[in-house]
Amino acid sequence: MKLTVWTYEGPPHVGAMRVATGMKGLHYVLHAPQGDTYADLLFTMIERRDHRPPVTFTTFQARDLGSDTANLFKTACQEAYDRFAPEAIIVGASCTAELIQDDPGGMAENMGLNVPVIPLELPSYQRKENFGADETFFQIVRTLAKPLGAKSVEKTKHITCNLIGPTALGFRHRDDIEEISSLLSDMGISVNVVAPMGATPAEIARLGAAHFNVLMYPETGESAVRWMERELNLPYTKVVPIGVGATRDFINEVAQITGLDPVVDESRLRLPWYSASVDSTYLTGKRVFIFGDGTHAMAAARIARDEMGFEVVGLGCYNREMARPLRAMAKSFGLTPLITDDYLEVEKHIEDLAPEMILGTQMERHIGKRLGIPCAVISAPVHVQDFPARYSPQMGFEGANVIFDTWVHPLVMGLEEHLLHMFRDDFEFNDAAGPSHHGGHALGQTQTQPEDAGTNQPAIEPQSAEIIWLQDAEKELRKIPFFVRGKARRNTETYASERGVSHISIETLYEAKAHYAR
Amino acid sequence: MHSSNLQTCGSAPVLKERGQREVFCGLTSIIWLHRKMQDAFFLVVGSRTCAHLLQSAAGVMIFAEPRFGTAILEETDLAGLADAHQELDREVERLLSRRSDIKRLFLVGSCPSEVIKLDLSKAAERLTKKFAPSVRVVNFTGSGIETTFTQGEDECLAAMVPTLRESSERQLMVIGALPDVVEEQMRSLLSGMGISNVFVLPAARHEDDISVGPNTLFAATQPFLGETHSALLRRGAHHIAAPFPFGAEGTTAWLKAIAGAFQVPEQLFEDVTAAPYARAKKAISQAAAALEDKSVFFFPDSQLEIPLARFLTQECGMKAVEIGTPFIHRPLVQPDLDLIPAGPTVSEGQDVDLQLDRAKEQRADLTVCGLGLANPLEAEGLTTKWAIELVFTPVHFYEQAGDLAGLFPRPIRRRMILNQEAAE
Repeated sequence: MKLTVWTYEGPPHVGAMRVATGMKGLHYVLHAPQGDTYADLLFTMIERRDHRPPVTFTTFQARDLGSDTANLFKTACQEAYDRFAPEAIIVGASCTAELIQDDPGGMAENMGLNVPVIPLELPSYQRKENFGADETFFQIVRTLAKPLGAKSVEKTKHITCNLIGPTALGFRHRDDIEEISSLLSDMGISVNVVAPMGATPAEIARLGAAHFNVLMYPETGESAVRWMERELNLPYTKVVPIGVGATRDFINEVAQITGLDPVVDESRLRLPWYSASVDSTYLTGKRVFIFGDGTHAMAAARIARDEMGFEVVGLGCYNREMARPLRAMAKSFGLTPLITDDYLEVEKHIEDLAPEMILGTQMERHIGKRLGIPCAVISAPVHVQDFPARYSPQMGFEGANVIFDTWVHPLVMGLEEHLLHMFRDDFEFNDAAGPSHHGGHALGQTQTQPEDAGTNQPAIEPQSAEIIWLQDAEKELRKIPFFVRGKARRNTETYASERGVSHISIETLYEAKAHYAR
Repeated sequence: MHSSNLQTCGSAPVLKERGQREVFCGLTSIIWLHRKMQDAFFLVVGSRTCAHLLQSAAGVMIFAEPRFGTAILEETDLAGLADAHQELDREVERLLSRRSDIKRLFLVGSCPSEVIKLDLSKAAERLTKKFAPSVRVVNFTGSGIETTFTQGEDECLAAMVPTLRESSERQLMVIGALPDVVEEQMRSLLSGMGISNVFVLPAARHEDDISVGPNTLFAATQPFLGETHSALLRRGAHHIAAPFPFGAEGTTAWLKAIAGAFQVPEQLFEDVTAAPYARAKKAISQAAAALEDKSVFFFPDSQLEIPLARFLTQECGMKAVEIGTPFIHRPLVQPDLDLIPAGPTVSEGQDVDLQLDRAKEQRADLTVCGLGLANPLEAEGLTTKWAIELVFTPVHFYEQAGDLAGLFPRPIRRRMILNQEAAE
């Protein structure tokens, strides 16, 4: 038993729903109690889908338990088949139905339905949402994909690939598909099938007609591409093209697989120049903490260090499946990786590190709000804000442009930061007003945080009880603009404790400042 | 078609359906209960699904460390129940040592905990002994195999009833969680009529000062409190049946029933209610103009459907097409049903596909439904109102009557003002 306050991932059947909802012509019959239907709203509200997810819940109740939940399942399955006329059906159980052991897969297979029935075994008490999506898609591919030479499955004459991994409710999947398709089209490659997103069971059958697979999201597509590599002889790309360097690596990898020229149009790529231009000087060495799913967190770490000039002070992911590569990367950055799905642990970690910026999920955005640290969102779990109306990919060159804007937005602009240093005691132009391009910082506005009023002033809360800030030093610390105050406090206290100084004076503050000057 | 105007939904046959239900489970009630009871922690004993539901239903997460959480069952807990109890004790101990502000701990049963028959009442008894007197531990079920959405609050309040102190004093108990500001308004109306011995269940802080007995009269502010109603009857208390206090008429009828039970003089009742009644009437009439003669279709959600249909038909001039509700508890909703003219289909339970067929055929001017259905129906050109907002927004009593009425024309008005045709 483990106490959980917030979760980064849902249960595995929600992962299966993401696959089913992304696809077309597929129906999911889920043995589950009524409450589990909440998951529909993730798709209709967060992603603003205009159709209900293609999922029939059996919604059994307590009174059914003693009698016949199995029959209830068969009825629901038959009715779904009759009403929705799917090309294929996936069948499974949610956490509660797993306990009553009705074997929905076996029952559905014996109903004599005229379409493929794919049973899912998703262990709800061990695994989570990403596993559920990955395993579901793998089972669908394994059942439906036909070998080369089967009827209507012949290698395409020109070079094509499949885009593998995008699902419903995925972080920017919609736009990544478009960006990567156009990148590949520049190289002379067209897309055979995108799956699961948008694919029908008939299209899954034709996966083998492509020349290779692009694994866009290892979290949800890796088992399937590995199987296809083995069974359909399809090589797949290992580089996830998020960021400028990664996109170029990806292009080279594709060139290697296909023998085509690694030449693409870079005229729309702006990140490198934006990063080099002088307004970005203020980004130099910003201490960032990075957390998300493994793929997005690792991509962000590379961009942060190599393309934005940040200092990565923490790196972690919530999905254990990606622990190994993430650990390796953290090691190469000289960091201890944080691999946990415990929200409170992440919060504690951030509090201790006191970074100047967080690159995280919606959960870290809230942590940042509480601690007064700017945060940009780089990964699922998703929120309605992560489905913007505008084109907003993460992958490819346009993705790099989007990432530059997204990461800079929470920060104070370069010139503005400069002016704040100059005029920090000005009655109008002071740091309490916050970045000028953000609303909501009107004078006198107080944030209402009834449950945690104590953390509103982290600037003068010492890290340890042994260190005391003298009044003058504390006053001086308050004069330091808010976006560097945390760092100044931390540096000063570290400096003091390393030297056994228990009372921090103005002198200590400036000695520390000189010590850490760079 | 009934020919006589005297016919009401009170005696109309009910369409009972069993099929896929598109509703929340009772755990969802924790979202507002934990805000109302400020010294309570709600510990769900369940699965990752339960945790994910609470997080998703809360929509905007309450991101200070919330006063609810899920003890997620793992493989080992399923293997041996003895171990599960030990594990639970360990998690509770850890929680209580970290959160000294907790005075009431609710162990909340879920679908998985009930299927494996993890006896939380035993756990509550054991833990109460262990942590008395500083923390009281109570258990109730919020499981989706037993409860729908608001029934979680019902189970929670019903679980508290046996723990209440016995009293023979003549007093009024009001059941149902209301926002503080609304509760204050209610208390002031009642004390204006000379009824001051008033307790509200649930109380904001631990309920030790609430008592119950044969001279307790109780009234409900929420229609979904069937189990609490029965539990109070078992303690000898008497129910004051009345329409629910929505709108000007509903509030007056509710107060009138209480005034009658407490022998409040007619004139005093008039003096106290006349001004707020007039204000409410005025506020409603402003919002209701856009609702006149419009039709409304309710999908089952919170059990508020019947009282709200009463309000919309009687006070806002709407016509109900279908009133779907998860569960009809007659002792509580009969007075409202009696005030709705016959005509609409009254349905209990759900087969969501069949009900969607009916909704799409009827194409009511306004369809009140859950979040899972709203956007798909909008995409088909129907105008919808999210039912969950009716549970989370202060809508009871006179001063909120205008706000309540205002919730319904907004989607209709929005559809009218949006003009996305290209300019000529």
